[in-house]
Amino acid sequence: MSSISLNTGLVIASILFFLGFLGVMIRRNILFMLISVEIMLNAAGLAFIFAGARYNAPDGQVMFIFILTMAAAEVAVGLALLIQVYQKFKTLDSDAASNMRG
Amino acid sequence: MYDFLWLVPTLPFLGFLILALFGKKLGKTLSAFVGVGSIGIAALITILIGIRFLSSPPEGDAFVQTLWTWIAVDRFNVNIALHLDALSLVFTFVITFVGFWIHLYSVEYMADDESFSRFFAYMNLFVGAMLLLVLGDNLLLLYLGWEGVGLCSYLLIGFWYKDSANGYAARKAFIVTRVGDAAMAIGLFLLFYSFGTLNIEQILTQAPQTWSVGNNLAVIATLLLLGGAVGKSAQLPLQVWLPDAMAGPTPTSALIHAATMVTAGVYLIARMHGIYELAPVSMLVVAIVGAATLLVAGFAGITQVDIKRVLAYSTISQIGYMFLALGVGAWSAAIFHFMIHAFFKALLFLGAGAIILAQHHEQNMFKMGGLAKALPVTFWTFLIGSGSLAALPLVTAGFYSKDAIIWFAWSGEGGNIYLWAAAVFGAFITAFYTFRMVFVTFFGQQKIDVSHFPKWTIHVPLIVLAFFALFGGFIELPGTMGHFTLFSDFMKSALPAIEETAHENVSLEYFSQILTAVLALVSIYLAYVLYLKKQQIVTNFTDTSFGKGLQQFFLSGLGFDWLYERLFIRPYVWIARTNKRDFIDLFYVFLPWMSRQFHYAFSYTQSGKVRRYILGIALGAVVSITIVVIL
Repeated sequence: MSSISLNTGLVIASILFFLGFLGVMIRRNILFMLISVEIMLNAAGLAFIFAGARYNAPDGQVMFIFILTMAAAEVAVGLALLIQVYQKFKTLDSDAASNMRG
Repeated sequence: MYDFLWLVPTLPFLGFLILALFGKKLGKTLSAFVGVGSIGIAALITILIGIRFLSSPPEGDAFVQTLWTWIAVDRFNVNIALHLDALSLVFTFVITFVGFWIHLYSVEYMADDESFSRFFAYMNLFVGAMLLLVLGDNLLLLYLGWEGVGLCSYLLIGFWYKDSANGYAARKAFIVTRVGDAAMAIGLFLLFYSFGTLNIEQILTQAPQTWSVGNNLAVIATLLLLGGAVGKSAQLPLQVWLPDAMAGPTPTSALIHAATMVTAGVYLIARMHGIYELAPVSMLVVAIVGAATLLVAGFAGITQVDIKRVLAYSTISQIGYMFLALGVGAWSAAIFHFMIHAFFKALLFLGAGAIILAQHHEQNMFKMGGLAKALPVTFWTFLIGSGSLAALPLVTAGFYSKDAIIWFAWSGEGGNIYLWAAAVFGAFITAFYTFRMVFVTFFGQQKIDVSHFPKWTIHVPLIVLAFFALFGGFIELPGTMGHFTLFSDFMKSALPAIEETAHENVSLEYFSQILTAVLALVSIYLAYVLYLKKQQIVTNFTDTSFGKGLQQFFLSGLGFDWLYERLFIRPYVWIARTNKRDFIDLFYVFLPWMSRQFHYAFSYTQSGKVRRYILGIALGAVVSITIVVIL
């Protein structure tokens, strides 16, 4: 198994993270925002995997399973909210749900 | 028996609570039972305690009942404690006893009033506050009662609040007495600063050790206390509120003038006699205030046409006598006159109330007349009260009490011939305006039909009070007539006896007594001639421009209202007008304005748009990471 250096791995993870983050920031559709958050979570998971492989420690994989579980729970809540928002506003535009502004 | 002392002030307060909370539901009969009963039981307990006090005086001639600790902060300790000695016993007796008859009388007087239970609630609170004032063993408790009395006078003077004039009179009474109260509060601070305690006994025992006679602090403190006394007791220069206080129901006036409120000033000075003795200057001021007031009020009384205003000015004048007695050091004579005055002044006010009730609430004496036949009991009792007020020689109680003061104004340690002359002349005027009132009201032609014949609830209080106004004086007879000194012997345990400088001179005392007696009779005859036989003389005089001006001047209470209007009210109103946008307030207005601007600025960031928030989080993260990396 040819090894990719930790540096390269972290760079890839950071790029993925910022892609996700950019998506959350510029998308108005809640579904895509949710997907972007998933991407960010996976970027973090990727960073753990790289680090685990580099130091030969199982902790990285354990952390990844944690993140996976948390992401599944988060998606369940997120999608439920998404359905509620859609029923209420007939749109998935996040700006439509700005009633609670100060 | 002494252990029941706490019930005396508690019962009226309890009566007030019941009437204030359930008054509407109780109905008139039950309200009357609660209102009159609470004072009646308190009076009964007071009399029992009084008998016990006379038969076996408590240790040290004073009984202290500490109920609980009110305030305890560092060195500042104030208890809710009652202090009973000869002085407070006399006051408690008069307040509850005279107060009870006034309450009983009110049952009939107020029978048709829709706010029946409210009236009795206020009256009970009034009596309770006054009892707290005289029984309190420290100055703070006294001050609590003092302010309570002020509050109740405000409530009762403005009792018929639907007429705005009554509200005005109530506010006037409240604000004018407040001026004196402020002075008194400063006096209390000064006393606490000097002695570190507000306990009256402690102050009185420490004062001679800390202050020498004529000490500046003693003079200032006593003058400040005098300020409070002057306000409450309606003495010069704060006497203007009392004539207007006639706006309240008549039993209220009886209560204010006889048992509560206006005598508080006399009590305060008598109670603090120990520090007044250290300040001879203040004593002289007290005497001069008394002498001046009794003359000013006497002159004002001559021309009044409202029967209640005559009585109001007579009260001011009689309290002036008490102040005069206090000022010359005749402590027990002042308290004696207070007690006798309470009897006959309550009697006169209740009699005046019966007359007003019988005359369709007409208060102008000159529209009445000829009531002697229609209201015989009222007439005879009113005559006794008037005789007592006018100090009719030998037969009335008022003669003995007033005679003592007049004599001590000359022979007492602070007395001199000028004070004596003022007191004698005041007695002359008093007899004149008192019998002017009697002749105009009861004799001559009857002008208004009698609309209400009093029942027993009015007659009994009148007769009982008349008895005391007639015979109450025999417990203290002057040196020239048997020298029977039951009252001043009793007071000796609480107040120092007077040191007479001219006591040996019996012929002088005879001269003084005979002169006042003759003057009283002459002035009654003068009133008889001028207001019954030859009224022409009076009308001829008042028709001249000088006579008219003089009459107007006296009628307005010697123009004090006019003076104060220009001296204080108008400048104050002017300042209030010009400074409508209070410049001191500007700073405090600026503070909320600024915080509201911040509020707008920050609420703008709460757009409700999730993307903005995320941007905020991102920027925050970048900034904090940058800081961590750089540092």
